Amino acid sequence: MIKIFTALLFFCLIFPAKGQQVKLISLTELDKRLEGGKDTTYIINFWATWCAPCLKELPHFEKLRKEHGKEKLKILLVSVDFQSKLNSVKTLSKRLNLKNEVFLLNEKNQQEYIDKIDKNWSGALPATLLLNKSKTRGEFYEKEFTYSELLRTYETFK
Amino acid sequence: MKHLNNMKTCLSTILMFLSLLVNAQVKPITPGQPAPEFNLKNVDNKMVSFNDYPTAKGFIIVFTCNTCPYAQGYEQRIIKLNEKFQPLGYPVIAINPNDPKLSPGDSFEKMQERAKSKKYPFPYLFDQGQTATDLYGATKTPHIFLAQRTGKGITIEYTGGIDSDPEGTDLQKTNYLEEAVGALLSGKKPASTVTKAIGCTVRRGR
Repeated sequence: MIKIFTALLFFCLIFPAKGQQVKLISLTELDKRLEGGKDTTYIINFWATWCAPCLKELPHFEKLRKEHGKEKLKILLVSVDFQSKLNSVKTLSKRLNLKNEVFLLNEKNQQEYIDKIDKNWSGALPATLLLNKSKTRGEFYEKEFTYSELLRTYETFK
Repeated sequence: MKHLNNMKTCLSTILMFLSLLVNAQVKPITPGQPAPEFNLKNVDNKMVSFNDYPTAKGFIIVFTCNTCPYAQGYEQRIIKLNEKFQPLGYPVIAINPNDPKLSPGDSFEKMQERAKSKKYPFPYLFDQGQTATDLYGATKTPHIFLAQRTGKGITIEYTGGIDSDPEGTDLQKTNYLEEAVGALLSGKKPASTVTKAIGCTVRRGR
């Protein structure tokens, strides 16, 4: 019994300390991450700590991961905050208890990177890219999803 | 039978239309198109339209709001743009595109407060029903539409961002909008007519 308790205590001590990892990622690195990934469907959500509708939407991506994460689905949450805000992104990810992979986009030139991500994106946040690697299909959404919209969109994609 | 077919066609048209509505993503109007007319209530309760500026050579139309941190970050720069370009014939007209039901901080009263406390030297218009917002296809705040008045009417010449430096830390920044107005003032077309910049999505009521 004591052993189990000690193990649990150890577990509790290790995990909160680890916290939420937030890595800087360039567009080239993001492309590599997608190419090298073993999953079929990728949902890449672009958000920012200052964007209220984004923060409202993030839990939907967490719920989708919880309910469908075993289906060869990977969700990447890519913040477009300034690079100087890395700590704010980390703190917020921790506070929202985000389990999806969180990144901070390591690009400065919006004029360039917005077009590279999708030429139909005007730059409004939140925005979400859905990719299906096996069908080489991609669709970009410059909007805030409700959970049911997100689920429906994912179902047509996987 | 024919009647049934007609009904089928009608139904499928309705379905198609509905699916379009669901997928509808707003697209900003593109340079070369006429600038849509509007007549909107300013924070001083007076209506404002292009006709109130008979001598203007054009307009810097800025969709902006109270609540978006990016728009707030550009607020002083928008005031400076008006200071610089109104005397040269290109006044700023600011329009709040957000539905106050979804964004209470962007109500008409809150707009009046902000315009007063920040001493806006330009009109700050409330877009009741979001009609101007939809006509321009404004997707975010801040979102710029630069228009030029010629003998043929008022035409959009540039859309997009203000500059390449939202954080306000880059000494090497490109002033997209200033360059575009500068080109128009010297009788040229802007070198870039569309730029991309991050902003807060327009809160659209449905």
